[in-house]
Amino acid sequence: MVWLWILIAGIVTFLTRFSMIALINPKKLNNNTKKVLTYVPSAVFPAIIFPAVFLDKQGLFLSINHPQILAFFIAIIVGYFLKNIILTILSGLISYWMFIFWLS
Amino acid sequence: MKNLTIFQKGFLDVLPLTIPVVPFGIIYGVIGTEMGFTPLMTFVMSFIIFAGSSQIAFAQLFFTGASPWVIISSVAAINSRHLLYGAVLSQHLSKLNLQWRILLSYLMTDQAFSVSSIYLKKNKNKFNCHFHLLGSGFTLWFLWQLSTLIGIFLGNIVPEQLGLTFTIPLTFLALIVSELRKIDHLIVILVSGTCSLIIYNFPYKIYIIVSSFVALTISYFFINHFKKNI
Repeated sequence: MVWLWILIAGIVTFLTRFSMIALINPKKLNNNTKKVLTYVPSAVFPAIIFPAVFLDKQGLFLSINHPQILAFFIAIIVGYFLKNIILTILSGLISYWMFIFWLS
Repeated sequence: MKNLTIFQKGFLDVLPLTIPVVPFGIIYGVIGTEMGFTPLMTFVMSFIIFAGSSQIAFAQLFFTGASPWVIISSVAAINSRHLLYGAVLSQHLSKLNLQWRILLSYLMTDQAFSVSSIYLKKNKNKFNCHFHLLGSGFTLWFLWQLSTLIGIFLGNIVPEQLGLTFTIPLTFLALIVSELRKIDHLIVILVSGTCSLIIYNFPYKIYIIVSSFVALTISYFFINHFKKNI
């Protein structure tokens, strides 16, 4: 079954790429739609980020001094100032390990 | 210019943008295998879906027990930004035959779009300008498959205690970190994130798609009331 859903996810992904290119008249997307689409990452990704950081596996809030939450804020600060993808991930991961080490 | 020269230009133009792609692919390979996909499945996903954030979201949702249709609609939501890219590129690719358009659609990614859309706009009179997109797209594709393989290999070695699944939120954070300085984007980010925490326990793991929809509604409001220029 997993294979089937991977295939469907692949087809859906392809269609988002292909549909506009396949159209004869590409002006179909109006300006408002185009502008809304530029917000897609900001609208979708936080819904993946927040629960993965602030909630445990049962969906209960973690305490504010959990290593994961502290490391997340460090990654935000680093990312905000350096605007660098790799450094954002690395700073979060390394500080996560450091907090686990210190707090245990 | 020769086809190959333009292909090489696409390759060279996209190269700086591939620096984050390689670690991202490695992270995906590690997470895919750590979450329980077989190495073959992890690799085939990179081949069939070929969209990093969708693949990671797919793996994460799948192993938290989301219903397949929720997974598919979340993938569709993440990828809906491609519609924008397609709308921009289509005017330059309209003369190509169907096979070319299928191939170039498959290869279209954030990075390939951002370099090739500029080239295509400047060189629209060249009959073979699409080789630039082929070059940038193929480069990305090749590095993505390669880094997935490296990740799968590492995933079998690195211990689970390292907590590498924490790289999932970190990776998605890294992808929107440049938007944090824009107040409208920041509000959309906070709305989506807060909403997802509140409705996390709703059935079928529907929180991603609902929170995205709520946040996009807010962004639609911004566009209409502040007439922002993008």
